[in-house]
Amino acid sequence: MADMVSIPHSQPQQHQFNPYTENGGTILAIAGADFSVIAGDTRQSEGYSIQTRYAPKVFRLTDKAVLAVNGFAADGNMFVKKVRQRLEWYRHAHAKDMPIRAIARLIQTMLYSRRFFPYYVYNILGGIEEDGTGAVYSFDPVGSYEREACRAAGAAQSLVQPFLDNQIYFKNQTPAPGTSFPGHLSLSTVLSLVIDSFTSATERHIEVGDGLEMYIVLAKNSPSIQSLRDIRGMSELTATEDGERVFVVRRDLKKD
Amino acid sequence: MSIAAQTDSCPRQPIVTGTSVLALKYKDGVMMAADNLASYGSLARFKDIQRLHPVGKYTVIGAGGDMSDFQYIQKFLEQLIIEEFTSQDGHDLGPAQIHEYLSQVMYSRRSKINPLWNSLLVGGFKDGKSFLSYVDLLGTTYSATTLATGFGAYLAQPILRKEVEGRENELTEEEAIRIMESCMKVLYYRDARSLDKYQLAVITADGVKISESRHLSTTWSFAEGIRGYGAQTQ
Amino acid sequence: MFRNTYDSDNTVFSPQGRLHQVEYALEAVKQGSAAVGLKSKTHAVLLALKRSTGELASYQQKMFRIDDHAGIAIAGLTSDARVLSNFMRQQAMSSKMLFNRAIPVNRLVSAIADKAQVNTQEYGRRPYGVGFLVIGYDESGSHLYEFSPSGNSYEYFAMSIGARSQSAKTYLEKHYEEFADASLEDLIRHGLHALRETLQQDKELNVNNTSIGLIGPRSEHEKKGVQPEGAFRILENEAIEPFLKTMVAKEDPPAPAPAASSSGPAASGSGDVQMSG
Repeated sequence: MADMVSIPHSQPQQHQFNPYTENGGTILAIAGADFSVIAGDTRQSEGYSIQTRYAPKVFRLTDKAVLAVNGFAADGNMFVKKVRQRLEWYRHAHAKDMPIRAIARLIQTMLYSRRFFPYYVYNILGGIEEDGTGAVYSFDPVGSYEREACRAAGAAQSLVQPFLDNQIYFKNQTPAPGTSFPGHLSLSTVLSLVIDSFTSATERHIEVGDGLEMYIVLAKNSPSIQSLRDIRGMSELTATEDGERVFVVRRDLKKD
Repeated sequence: MSIAAQTDSCPRQPIVTGTSVLALKYKDGVMMAADNLASYGSLARFKDIQRLHPVGKYTVIGAGGDMSDFQYIQKFLEQLIIEEFTSQDGHDLGPAQIHEYLSQVMYSRRSKINPLWNSLLVGGFKDGKSFLSYVDLLGTTYSATTLATGFGAYLAQPILRKEVEGRENELTEEEAIRIMESCMKVLYYRDARSLDKYQLAVITADGVKISESRHLSTTWSFAEGIRGYGAQTQ
Repeated sequence: MFRNTYDSDNTVFSPQGRLHQVEYALEAVKQGSAAVGLKSKTHAVLLALKRSTGELASYQQKMFRIDDHAGIAIAGLTSDARVLSNFMRQQAMSSKMLFNRAIPVNRLVSAIADKAQVNTQEYGRRPYGVGFLVIGYDESGSHLYEFSPSGNSYEYFAMSIGARSQSAKTYLEKHYEEFADASLEDLIRHGLHALRETLQQDKELNVNNTSIGLIGPRSEHEKKGVQPEGAFRILENEAIEPFLKTMVAKEDPPAPAPAASSSGPAASGSGDVQMSG
């Protein structure tokens, strides 16, 4: 073993090319009973430089699945492109969109296939399950994944996740005597939590800011649509009739 | 065509290098600027190098980083444009398509650990729309109304943003030239790998125009008054 | 059928300068049920007649989606069509991957025409036994192309292929000048009228035996699909009911349809080969 370590360098040590960088930003998704919210900021940075104030990190895959990608931007964009390509072949073969739990497994295999030269990205997949429930799947760069109620990832994960643990899982809280915590939060509560998470992350983390993109996926005939009535900066992206519905809300975040 | 056919995984380093490239969107299209210097380390080796290159009828690419890699990029893009031209069916590649293609090449080369050592700006104007985007040796891409590579990202980008953001549709060509000139001047004063000779490219509905080399007039008399470091110690 | 002396090898010319194997391949197209294509300034549509091998069997697939901006209708060997359409899908996707551009329709057609040509020249190969009508929309507007196993491809205002397609062509030639400015509903009605001409005496177009493929803004009769608005989609079964209702009944009992240019079994309709489409 010692022999292996002590190979003498006859040449001057060359600068090793590092194929990765870190482009900042944060993503977040929360699942409700019959909806899912997937959000990300739009700043892209490297070191202390802001490269652009608008580079989307959240992508609509189908009318029931939205993918947020954070980490090394070049890997992220390529990964989304490849996932979309696989979904297109699925559509060719089956004339319908791939269900979200299948997309989640697909993403796992795609990430793990690069186990020894990973996509340096944290993925969060949100949407509506075939049974109509809201879903969030989160992944590590090499494909470990699980279904959860909420997840934050990226630069400000350490700021946002504890806040979510407290507000969504009610960690470190005790219900008032004779009451209990709600099983699922309403859409309007979730939207407020997401917006507050990002304004706070923008305040405290230099890599978060500029803009917020928040995708909302609603199950078929979801009554949650009521809470979207007067949301500022919202537009609908739904492609199908009488199915799930997709909305996006765009907001400004502080640019400093 | 065999782009990056070689899977030579020995990492290299840039040898003859260009410094910053600047670009902005203005009323009529896109403007780009880069000086004429190609350095060999700290030696100002070639002082009449063109770092802005037209690709097809609607696009200009500007390069910082390794100049031989840039020449290789010019070569295969030329090949691509010829292939596209020979199909003679009225379809041609605009700046967005060229940028996408370039990004794929840059990303696939970085994935082979054999990067093309450049930071590139792609600017263009086609079908009434201006286009401006960045790609580098890692395959990282982004777009904005003002872009700058290399030292320009630190020295010129703040000036460009202040002057251009929110005024993209009002800025005239004259104003854009003035902004570019002042940024190039800042770069020449502070970037030791820069030159006071540069070119401007404008891409508008009229097509691509790359200027003759322009000279920056600078004053150095203030240097006389500097005390406390360097040769003069008092 | 008939045999020729110079037909055992597709790479050998007959003394008349013909490639018999290639011509037989063109016959395979004529054996398939008819497909009709036509376009306006805003839309391109395909209509096809689906065969079923019997009461208990399902109907064949006559249309394939290639991409959001392109689709095909086929006549001939369905299995060959699957191979070629798969190739077209790959071409379309690689254009998106490399250039972020929807592949120009003419290039999509040239790509398969070049593939088909190779099969008419190389030893040990056979020509594809299928013809396509390709519709698409790109920077230069809506398009309709015919592709055939000989390696030829042409662009048309309106075209038909397959069994008894000459009758449909006759209809299209009479009406094509109206197509350019026609509404989607009118365009489809013309298409259905043309397709109807290819039917045998006692047959009618219905929701089971007709497919409609189209590109362009949505009709009021349509539901939104999984693709983006205006993208290629295939309408079948109850979705085509409202379009069938727009058809105008033929005035007089049809005169014996002029024998389709094809010969033998195709015209009689008894020669449905299981494999052929």
